[in-house]
Amino acid sequence: MPARSIRIGAGAGFSGDRIDPAVELAEHGRLGYLVFECLAERTIALAQLARQRDPEAGYDRLLAARLQAVLPACRRQGIRIITNMGAANPLAAARRVAEVARGLGLGGLRIAALLGDDLTDALRGTETPLDEGGTVAGLGNRLVSANAYLGAGPVAEALAGGAEVVVTGRVADPAMFLAPMIHEFGWSMEDWTRLGRGTVVGHLLECAGQVTGGYFADPGFKHVPDLARLGFPLAEVTEEGDALLTKVPGSGGRVTPATCKEQLLYEVHDPARYLQPDVAADFTGVRLEAAGEDAVRITGGGGRARTGMLKVSVGCHEGWFGEGQISYAGPGALARGELARAIVRERLQRIGLEAEELRLDLIGLDAILGPGPTRPEPREVRLRVIGRCASALAAERIGHEVDSLYLNGPASGGGVTTAVREVIGMRSCLVPAAMARPALHWLEA
Amino acid sequence: MLLRDLAHARAGDKGDTSSIGVIAYRAEDYARLERLLTPERVRAHFAGIVHGEVRRYALPGIGALNFVLEGALGGGVTRSLALDAHGKCLASAMLEIELPEEG
Repeated sequence: MPARSIRIGAGAGFSGDRIDPAVELAEHGRLGYLVFECLAERTIALAQLARQRDPEAGYDRLLAARLQAVLPACRRQGIRIITNMGAANPLAAARRVAEVARGLGLGGLRIAALLGDDLTDALRGTETPLDEGGTVAGLGNRLVSANAYLGAGPVAEALAGGAEVVVTGRVADPAMFLAPMIHEFGWSMEDWTRLGRGTVVGHLLECAGQVTGGYFADPGFKHVPDLARLGFPLAEVTEEGDALLTKVPGSGGRVTPATCKEQLLYEVHDPARYLQPDVAADFTGVRLEAAGEDAVRITGGGGRARTGMLKVSVGCHEGWFGEGQISYAGPGALARGELARAIVRERLQRIGLEAEELRLDLIGLDAILGPGPTRPEPREVRLRVIGRCASALAAERIGHEVDSLYLNGPASGGGVTTAVREVIGMRSCLVPAAMARPALHWLEA
Repeated sequence: MLLRDLAHARAGDKGDTSSIGVIAYRAEDYARLERLLTPERVRAHFAGIVHGEVRRYALPGIGALNFVLEGALGGGVTRSLALDAHGKCLASAMLEIELPEEG
């Protein structure tokens, strides 16, 4: 008999996420599955660079810490873990998981690494058009990485094969949550309605605390109790693909239709066509109803046939950022900040800095929303100068010109910081799904 | 009437495109949002920040409007020089919109 419902928890919504809430979920969430989504668009390109330097690197730096924290409770209760912390090196990540398990005395742990999302070599030099214009070939040797967003199929296959931990690279975020539903309920990979509903649930869970009151509080308008102890979400999903979204009782935060609505629309363009590798999900009929304290019932999602194309994230070298900042405070802060801005602009011109783009903002005045009302005058402002240059050497000049304001600029500037960092820009393209060849590799601790 | 008194919002990013979900606190205010919070009004509010098209998708079932703002993120999150490269703050800036009173 297939299960009637399963409980899936979200243990992380980004690579730097808190670890405690995942432990709380593992210990008290009565989960079947715990999913860690830790792979931002650009993270995988950075991971590729790390792997080029060290063949055993290129996976999430918190992998061991997260697994160390949750594996004992997961093993005890039979909770299976799915994570994209493999980043650019799922196989090395799986080996690391095995090491952690052995260190905890959890021998025999079955780990599956999912490979096949890396299309860097397959796409290099091809005329595949980029969504932003140009082609992959046009990037030449600036190309760093090309990773396809894989679907839920191979993850479900890993679960069917008995994996207790599935470590992937690039997989569509909702698909990591959809996989256990496909596995447990035996959904057909052409059951568009159920795949669509499962995608709705996965999308609501994929940013973890963003649906339990994280990124929601706005004092006086939107109250979130005990935000400091924010708990992460879990969903109890039925065979039909409906779900009850909630969190561990006693944890901080809140789950209401409002928190779910913000997350439902997060990073969505056309809500009738949320394109995923497995399905074109339809969010327009979704209903979100309060079902008790910190519980929301999710129904009404839908879906249509997948497009047959996979989105590919393409990373490329785009030069170097150079940055410098300095603060001015007290009476006349704004005037001194403006003077500093004019001085740095002139000095960068005089030295003939070659920047592809340059920006001089006053934080506290116009750094985020551009020019606006200047009354009342801010009590403190911070000059921020940043540019993108072809070389690290050129980029360094920007911080240098801000630093030198100490002895060569307006009165009482303080708190200079400077930075130079490599720019890895992300583009995207579409490829036929058949181009990616997902493959599972098995390990045992 | 400030939009902030009627609705809450969250911004997301994809490349150079920002998407902002605007959600009515009370179901009965949704129709008013749909009438008054037009793509044109949003585009005018973000003049100087949003350089491309503004599209709007309606989700009456949950009392929400989803706005897609192209050319809003300084050429794309990963290469933007902006302090808030993701445009996260645009959601709060959206709530500054003043809606006209209706007779």
